Amino acid sequence: MARFEDMGPASPVVESIRVDMVNPTARLLGKIRAAIAVALATILLIPVYVMIVTSIKSYNDVVAIPPKLVFEPTMQGFVFLFSERAVLSKAQLEEYQKNPGELDFIGQLALEAGQQVTGPSDYVGRLKNSLIIAGVSTVLSVVLGFFAAYAFSRFNVPGKNDLLFFILSTRMLPAVVVTIPLFLMYRTLRLHDTHLGMILLYTVFNLSFSVWLLKGFIDEIPREYEDAALVDGYSRLEAFFKIVLPQSVTGLAATTVFCLIFAWNEYAFSLMLTSEKARTAPPSIATMLGRGVVEWQAIAAGSVLFLIPVVVITFALRKYLLRGVTFGAIRQ
Amino acid sequence: MATIELRKVEKKFGTAYAVEPMDLTINHGEFVVLLGPSGCGKTTTLRMISGLETVSGGHIYLDGRDVTWLHPSDRDTAFVFQLFALYPHLTVRQNIAFPLQAQHESPETITKRVAETVELLKIGDLLNQRPGNLSGGDRQRVALARALVRHPAAFLMDEPLGALDADFRETMRAEIKRLHIEQNATTVYVTHDQIEAMAMADKIVVMSNAVVQHIGSPAEVYHNPSNLFVAAFIGSPGMNLMAGHFANQTVHFSDENSFKPPKEWNSALQVGLPSEGEVIVGFRPEVARLSDKGALVGDVYAVDIHGSYSVLHVKLAGSKDELGIVHLRADRRTSHPIGAKVSFDLDPEMVRFFNPQTEAAIRRENA
Repeated sequence: MARFEDMGPASPVVESIRVDMVNPTARLLGKIRAAIAVALATILLIPVYVMIVTSIKSYNDVVAIPPKLVFEPTMQGFVFLFSERAVLSKAQLEEYQKNPGELDFIGQLALEAGQQVTGPSDYVGRLKNSLIIAGVSTVLSVVLGFFAAYAFSRFNVPGKNDLLFFILSTRMLPAVVVTIPLFLMYRTLRLHDTHLGMILLYTVFNLSFSVWLLKGFIDEIPREYEDAALVDGYSRLEAFFKIVLPQSVTGLAATTVFCLIFAWNEYAFSLMLTSEKARTAPPSIATMLGRGVVEWQAIAAGSVLFLIPVVVITFALRKYLLRGVTFGAIRQ
Repeated sequence: MATIELRKVEKKFGTAYAVEPMDLTINHGEFVVLLGPSGCGKTTTLRMISGLETVSGGHIYLDGRDVTWLHPSDRDTAFVFQLFALYPHLTVRQNIAFPLQAQHESPETITKRVAETVELLKIGDLLNQRPGNLSGGDRQRVALARALVRHPAAFLMDEPLGALDADFRETMRAEIKRLHIEQNATTVYVTHDQIEAMAMADKIVVMSNAVVQHIGSPAEVYHNPSNLFVAAFIGSPGMNLMAGHFANQTVHFSDENSFKPPKEWNSALQVGLPSEGEVIVGFRPEVARLSDKGALVGDVYAVDIHGSYSVLHVKLAGSKDELGIVHLRADRRTSHPIGAKVSFDLDPEMVRFFNPQTEAAIRRENA
């Protein structure tokens, strides 16, 4: 058999590619790798699929064995998520079923499960808490981190390396380890179950991350731009806002997404440090498990809704993210 | 436009000097080139003038005003960076207008001044592009426009041609020189390229190891270098330097080769040289005249063809090692096979002498 090394490829190579990459063996391996990647991605996406599908199934379809692939979609999960309901007695049920026209869309969906809506659930409030706490703490940690990162990048801060290490070291402890001390501290400081308390906590946690990430980005911006702005007649602060800020957009976007995802998804602290007023969505979804019949469709609906904001923001900033996570790999 | 004076200006990083105390007067309208190998302190000096670097000692005066501790934005100088430092997020027009906006000029004035500058540099069709899309030469023009637009007191340029292709560099060299004259500007220009320095400067400041070695006109620096460093650094190839021994009014290089300095040098050499008579004789390649009966003899070591002339590398007879190789300019039409014997004379007017211990040039009184 003629060797590839002697023969070369069957047709001329009209793309930019390294020689060893056009070898038939390499091509085959490449296809195998791609197939493995697709398979892995599919496996990873199965839970997401199950979650989305579950959110639009009725309770009977959810618990059906074997699982139903074809089913009639329903909004039951979402209705259950946002409502408090009471199980109707047989007599009440018959009463309602006589004239179903009196009930609105939501009431009818509840009736199908033999239940009656008694009021709104607290999930809207939880989502609102999540939005406020994650949003404010993200803005705070990115803004504070940006200034700190600029200082660390540009000035001779005394003990710079030690300080940077100290900042990083706050990440080295597993969060769970500090929940008990934090709980005691927050109780004394009356920060327990407050928005301020959770915002502070998430900001502190994200700050180390944002300082390090943004410092990397600012280090990449040549100082000459600022020098040029200075001789062009601007103060350092003006140069910071007119030159450094616009050129850091990529880094800021990437940092924002990462900080937001952390604050949005955080579970353990919220479970320990909030109860009513400031409870965020993640622990509240989990607590739905503990109430009588497990309404899987409602839990799935809660998870789907909970995912949407992060997905939207990540998608909107994806072009920055892609450049963001590979920063430093290629200059300019 | 302005005069710039440096008085005992120095810069230390820790205990090491980046620039040893230096004095320099730059007159109104002068084109001064700071020349030296990398790390010699020339860029640091320029940055001190602009205020981007603080001085460790001394004073800087701009038009008689002490600007030593003034913020860079208050000095009224424009800086052209080696890598141009055009703001990538702004268009060419915004880049050029940027310094005017700092002065809070009215939009009409800004439009007018940008238009004038753009006209001058012929970059009208680039205005809406971003710097990332421009070629090196166009970036250079935009960087110059940004410096020009403000009509600053002085232009400070840090190797502005260093990032350009060789052929384009010569065009830009002429363009910068023309702008300097048209604007009646005071310009301080940093480069490590001595050809660029010779071509552009009214005054060259040669620096090495944080020390100013020589300040003078291009001709002065070329023909009368103050020391061995300047002699070897300026010129391509640099000045030929031959170690010899001065005795009986003659410099002996080896048994075969010797050179008799002109009479008027004798007293200066007697005073200037160490007592043993050690001397270094320097001459430019074009000072040698090849002739059959030349006083100095050697054989051809290598030949470089330069087109309009050739450079002969000649190993002097009696020299022990490659240090005895001198470079001579030769006619392009004569061929010199490697190993052939050649002899040559030196134009006595143009020969220079150096003290090997102090490395300084020996100066003649009344010369």
